[in-house]
Amino acid sequence: MRLVETIGLYILFLKKVFARPQRGKIFFQEVVKEVDKLGLKSIGIVSIISFFMGAVITIQTAYNTENPFLPAYLVGLAARDSILLEFSSTIVALILAGKVGSNIASEIGTMRVTEQIDAIEIMGVNSANHLVLPKITAAVLFNPFLCILSMGVGILGGWLVGVSTGAVLSQDYIDGVQAFFIPFYITYGIIKTVVFAFLITTISAYYGYYVEGGSLEVGQSSTKAVVFSSVMILLFNLLLTQLLLS
Amino acid sequence: MIKVENISKAFVGRPVLKNITAEFEQGKTNLIIGQSGSGKTVLLKSIVGLHDIDEGNIYYDDTHFNEIGFDEKKKIRQKIGMLFQGGALFDSATVEENVMFPLNMFSDLSVEEKIERANFCLARVNIVNANKLFPSEISGGMKKRVAIARAIALNPTYLFCDEPNSGLDPKTSIVIDNLIKEITEEYNITTLVNTHDMNSVMGIGDKIIFIYEGEKWWEGTKEEILQSDNNELNEFVFASKLAQKIRYGK
Repeated sequence: MRLVETIGLYILFLKKVFARPQRGKIFFQEVVKEVDKLGLKSIGIVSIISFFMGAVITIQTAYNTENPFLPAYLVGLAARDSILLEFSSTIVALILAGKVGSNIASEIGTMRVTEQIDAIEIMGVNSANHLVLPKITAAVLFNPFLCILSMGVGILGGWLVGVSTGAVLSQDYIDGVQAFFIPFYITYGIIKTVVFAFLITTISAYYGYYVEGGSLEVGQSSTKAVVFSSVMILLFNLLLTQLLLS
Repeated sequence: MIKVENISKAFVGRPVLKNITAEFEQGKTNLIIGQSGSGKTVLLKSIVGLHDIDEGNIYYDDTHFNEIGFDEKKKIRQKIGMLFQGGALFDSATVEENVMFPLNMFSDLSVEEKIERANFCLARVNIVNANKLFPSEISGGMKKRVAIARAIALNPTYLFCDEPNSGLDPKTSIVIDNLIKEITEEYNITTLVNTHDMNSVMGIGDKIIFIYEGEKWWEGTKEEILQSDNNELNEFVFASKLAQKIRYGK
């Protein structure tokens, strides 16, 4: 019963969010600010994670395919496909759910408990639309770039560490990365990233927007936002994989 | 003028407002007083529409506020200025940006004109050379004054103040009270102030409504409050020993 109520409230919240902004110019300015806050400031963490992710995938694949009957380029191919299909979209989304999701929930939650949201409402401004729509727009527009960046850095990390540790020869890795390339894998990763960006921003904003109480409750809402965003990412990952790849 | 008729509100079956009827006059500072938990804030937030009332009617001049649609409510809200208990300034914006927020949203002024208007409002509340500071960098009293500046930026017809003196020293409280009174008279607006500060009551209260356990218990002027024989009101007004000494001479 509680779940049905939460889903209903979430849908009503989205209805409030997806309204026409009060002022187009202000909305655009807010989107630019959010791109900086949610997107550009995530480049560092995405790059670090992607580099090490690519490195570990390459080394693990190399040690598990030490077989003379398997082609040498297999390490590069397996690393590329793992990164494109799963890691750059899903794992990066899970990391962003922690970083961006908690940031959104705590920011909006604090605005709620300090009556800043009430102040916006009193002025006749749709607070959900004013505060949340720029975040959704920024994340949905910018996260695909983070995904592409992650793909590139992940493959590069795999090559650098794989070659420097002797796990794979440079030419074999490059051959593997280029072999049997299916461009749709990139589209698939981007589609997932857009859906995950929507889930992270809306779920986190929802938990922040409806928080009641004080700082303790803001902290709890932030935790809930991260947990539910992560669970939803995993669930939608399964659904999208079934829909797009089956 | 704002009029409320028989309004009631309950939270999870617990009645907080019981059948309140009152009229708040234009150009006057109307005070809602009562103990903590008596329902003052709920009454104020119900009048501005932050809480939906269970029963009754709210009128802003001739407009039946709780019967109109979202778009019409938006128009009324653009005529409302509100000072919240903690100021409710936007943390991520400077003092100037806070005051400019309603102008950015609802006026067609140029950037220069908006800055000029913001500076005028800030000067009106005696804030100078603080435009580029963030709320975390200014004192509690300054926050309240900036919040008043933001509330008057669009020349409101109605001004609501929720506990404007909470957390302030007596001297700063008087400054804020006087500011509210001056602005009310200067712009001839309908002002509702929610307070339990007796200095405010005696200083700026043109019309006073006493709320007791969610009901309107007494209504009158600051002169009448001292002569009242209402027990609950007297317990509230003369709670301090100093006040008792003044009233009863002991």
